[in-house]
Amino acid sequence: MTKRGRRLIGVGIGAIMLSLAAFLTLRGLSGSVTYFYVPSDLSTGAAQGRLIRLGGLVEAGSTKREGSDLIFVVTDGAARAQVRFAGEPPDLFRENQGVVAEGRLRPDGVFVAERVLAKHDESYMPPEVAKALQAKGVWRGPTKVAP
Amino acid sequence: MIAEIGAFLFALGLVASCVQAVLGLRAGARADGAAASAAAAQVASVAFASAFVLLVICFARSDFSVAAVAANSHSAKPMVYKIAATWGHHEGSMALWCVISSLAGLALASFRGGLTAPMWSAALGVQGLVTLAAAAYTLLLSNPFARLAAAPLEGAGLNPLLQDPALALHPPMLYLGYVGLSVPFSLAVGALWTRSFGPEVAQAIRPWALLAWSALTLGIGLGSYWAYYELGWGGAWFWDPVENASFLPWLIGTALLHSAIVTARRGSMMGWTLLLAIAGFGCSLLGTFLVRSGVLSSVHAFAVDPARGVAVLAMFAGAVGGALALFAWRAPLLPAPAGFVVLSREGALAFNNFGLAICTGIVLIGTLYPLAAEAVSGRALSVGAPFFNSTFGPLAGLVLLVAPFGPLLAWRRGDARAAVQVLLWAGIGAVLALGLGLAFRGGAAAALGLGVGTWMALGTLAYLWRRAGPGPGKTVRLLGAPLAVWALAAAHFGAGVLTIGAVAQASFRFEHSVSLAPGEAVQFAGRGLRLLRVESIEGPNYDAQRAVFSVSAGAREQSLHAERRRYWTSDSPTTEVGILSGLWGDFYVALGEPAPGAQGQLGVRLYFNPFIAWMFGGIAMIGCGGALALLSLVRVGQRKRVALGQVAAVP
Repeated sequence: MTKRGRRLIGVGIGAIMLSLAAFLTLRGLSGSVTYFYVPSDLSTGAAQGRLIRLGGLVEAGSTKREGSDLIFVVTDGAARAQVRFAGEPPDLFRENQGVVAEGRLRPDGVFVAERVLAKHDESYMPPEVAKALQAKGVWRGPTKVAP
Repeated sequence: MIAEIGAFLFALGLVASCVQAVLGLRAGARADGAAASAAAAQVASVAFASAFVLLVICFARSDFSVAAVAANSHSAKPMVYKIAATWGHHEGSMALWCVISSLAGLALASFRGGLTAPMWSAALGVQGLVTLAAAAYTLLLSNPFARLAAAPLEGAGLNPLLQDPALALHPPMLYLGYVGLSVPFSLAVGALWTRSFGPEVAQAIRPWALLAWSALTLGIGLGSYWAYYELGWGGAWFWDPVENASFLPWLIGTALLHSAIVTARRGSMMGWTLLLAIAGFGCSLLGTFLVRSGVLSSVHAFAVDPARGVAVLAMFAGAVGGALALFAWRAPLLPAPAGFVVLSREGALAFNNFGLAICTGIVLIGTLYPLAAEAVSGRALSVGAPFFNSTFGPLAGLVLLVAPFGPLLAWRRGDARAAVQVLLWAGIGAVLALGLGLAFRGGAAAALGLGVGTWMALGTLAYLWRRAGPGPGKTVRLLGAPLAVWALAAAHFGAGVLTIGAVAQASFRFEHSVSLAPGEAVQFAGRGLRLLRVESIEGPNYDAQRAVFSVSAGAREQSLHAERRRYWTSDSPTTEVGILSGLWGDFYVALGEPAPGAQGQLGVRLYFNPFIAWMFGGIAMIGCGGALALLSLVRVGQRKRVALGQVAAVP
């Protein structure tokens, strides 16, 4: 095979791999990213049925058990959303503290969480939650959040 | 006084690395004075190392007048963790960064290898710059020796989750990897600076890439293992930004150590190898930025400081931008690409490199996309496992599909037909694994993943089989094979085993949450789990609730216990999981909150993690492969020097 032909094969393989990667990445970014919501955003209905992350504060006194399910209310000061989670909450789950739940909104308005995210650090607040709470004016934390 | 002496030594190290940088780069241009730069590198490393030892002493003595000790240690902690706390937080880990970077400078100053004098001294100079930047950042923005005006009586304690043997070792290993990649970077920039483009540059890069990469492998493995048994989430890898931050330099490092082989052996792909060396350290800095700045929402997030993030970003921009500008400047002088046959060892390695670069790009895009999307649309979002599984998965699969051919093809022109014959049995095994994956209803992607992993592992065994040659005496010949053969086999076999473990873990894991009272039992994953009793125990600096279970599989009874610990210095409870490990999977028990309302009931999370031991075993094998390859390079180098008469031959 000529040098030119070999180069063509190489370039061809590279181009095929690159376009495969580009295709998969674009498909992934349009289909399998998880948007972040606070309870106020849920009323629009846009989040219905999609996998989303819901963040806010766990409302004081809202945590209860129903069978093996954990029920709690996430609030952003303006709106509340009931969350049902079939499992054990992570170690740093606390009332009046920030929480991020990943799951889907049911038509009846209950958010069914598949995952409740834990943090390593008790003073840490997820940036989206902090930002959303600041926007709603219910943020009481000591630190400003990076832009 | 100790802290002040430490700070002074640290400042001395900073000045010495400044001298090392200036003299090294000047000598690089003028070809004299390299020895002075090497001497400065020695001073810097001694200064940083002694400063760090003094910092360790502050921690060991629980000197709470030092801010970092007060914030991160506690007098009730066991001594091992007091010492580990030295690098278990931001300030101390930056000090460790400086120590490793300066020690790398010392090693570079001590072993010149086949490098020309100007190039060697320029690399020393760049390494000095790297140390200088890190030391300036540490002293100005995160001084570990800073004193408090009023010393508290007691420290705030290290985050209890970090009080763990794997995590005491995780940061030093990871940093050895991150900072170790600064040496290939320095060598690459030194080569560009002095226009040295001979194979000896790649030869010099190889051991450093291997050392950094092996340390990174073990560091990631330890971190992932820790996350597995300490966090109580059941999994070991979550495609979280902080995890990706360590995965990016690992991927580039993998590509680099393969391309450096081609450049060292065949002299081709010089520019690409230099680019990878630059990109590798760039990824280390980017990873540090992502972890420390807190720009990305991560489940692993640490308390962060935006000012530090800006400084690290500036370092990243300076290092990568400067190096790439230099690369563009020198690009016309690079040796012209020689071109090679697709079906050859270098062809396979080029494919591997291209594939790994694309994989890195995908992980990078997935990690940074939330930042870009939020800046553009104002919507917060996150990119998780589904994205990476559907994009990184197929591309990594392609790389693994081609990998077994590499060692079977000869340099220049490989015999594809012979390679296919050798790999025939591996192919049959892979198809069987694929069938098994489908039979267990894991879905097509999982089945393909299992097939590819099996192909990689068996393909490596097939390579060993062929290496052993025809006829009897295979074992003897194999045992006498060069270390490099075993290094390759261990790393590639490990990659296959890791793939099988990771795919099984992602696709066949199952979990169950249940509430148990003492005496109650539950069936899970073919075993019966009975809660025997719940007891209160007290550790050195915590008290805990311990649940004792008995697990029965058939007639066999095993005891298992899990704990919820409450450290006295921290409000948050932590989980100590109970794990019954097995070759086919782990039976994993984590305790939850005591169920409110129901008296005596205990929330229990159960997981079955299939093949997870394969995952960690595979990582360990890859790390061993890296270490063996490094050993082989050192031995070959020694033999060469003996042959050249530079070292007295051992009789």
